[in-house]
Amino acid sequence: MNFSRRALLKIAGISLIGAGVRPALEALGAGESPKTLASPNRLVGKRWAMAIQTQKCPAGCRECIDACHQTHNVPDFGNPKDEVKWIWNEPFKDVFPGQEHRYIDERLKEKPILVLCNHCDNPPCVRVCPTQATFKRQEDGIVMMDYHRCIGCRFCIAGCPYGARSMNFRDPRPFIKKINPQFPTRTKGVVEKCNFCEERLARGVMPACVEACKEKALVFGDLENPASDIRKLLQAQLTLRRRPELGTQPQVYYIM
Amino acid sequence: MFDAGKVLPGLVIFLVLMTFPFWYAKGRSAPPALPLDTPEIQKLSVKECIEPAPYMKASHMELLNKWRDAVVRDGNHLYANHEGKKFSMSLSQTCLGCHSNKEKFCDACHNYSGVKPNCWSCHVVPQEGRT
Repeated sequence: MNFSRRALLKIAGISLIGAGVRPALEALGAGESPKTLASPNRLVGKRWAMAIQTQKCPAGCRECIDACHQTHNVPDFGNPKDEVKWIWNEPFKDVFPGQEHRYIDERLKEKPILVLCNHCDNPPCVRVCPTQATFKRQEDGIVMMDYHRCIGCRFCIAGCPYGARSMNFRDPRPFIKKINPQFPTRTKGVVEKCNFCEERLARGVMPACVEACKEKALVFGDLENPASDIRKLLQAQLTLRRRPELGTQPQVYYIM
Repeated sequence: MFDAGKVLPGLVIFLVLMTFPFWYAKGRSAPPALPLDTPEIQKLSVKECIEPAPYMKASHMELLNKWRDAVVRDGNHLYANHEGKKFSMSLSQTCLGCHSNKEKFCDACHNYSGVKPNCWSCHVVPQEGRT
């Protein structure tokens, strides 16, 4: 066979170009490619935050806690060792350890204060998560969990200074009284916490706890919006945050 | 041949063992029948899935992985298909909204092919939701 190296290289080059033609034509002829979009009726905020007006909380009220735990299929294992909680009450002296002194009113010292994940601006749980199962959403500051990725290492539980995270040491399904089919449950070996009702904000409704509160003690809104209710509240009143000296920049504000 | 008396029975035993899964499974595990005209399907007003059926049969798992990442990671809850039609990205609501029978729709094929997806350890099958 009489075939120069030059001719062979030419033909090889031309056939390589030819091989690229079909995929290019297919890509051009495919029409619109499928894509994902944010829902148009979602609530938009640049930095979601919550203010809790503790003076409005009636003694023994659990409306917000029950609403949240029902909405998110939070199990009730019935013992404090396995307890899973997204929002709960804690005595004042434990919520604000720096504010306690020997002359403080005894009633205030033991007063139950509502606590939840602070959705910190500088969240330690995100820093320690080895799989990025916990991450901070850049668009609105919510500290989210991807339960698909959680490997149950519990570094985040150690990292969170507020105790906002709970581990499922057992299968939670049998311990959920009433399963809400709109929201997934968790499985054994996964950590969970408050998600600022991210799934409800996407549908355009306020968080379940805010909606459930009859006293309007919980105010939820966008801190980057100067006209929002929460900004006005923070401007008008002195507010406390939990352990601000740690530098986590918690985004749940307390009005005493 | 040296040791034909040992080699030949050995070969036979080897062949029997190697082909054991094939003749053991024969007749026991028929591929699932997938009828397309059940009363449930007749009741649906739209009988088309969000993407063409061959693509869904071959790649639904990849699509669901993309959906998961879009919803959880990017906060996008809507899917626009080739025709620009929009769907809420939800396994329990959108998929099982039409494919209402999980045993016959999901499990029939997954059991036959020995696939064990762990979707349902967290996601709720609507009928199984206790109210």
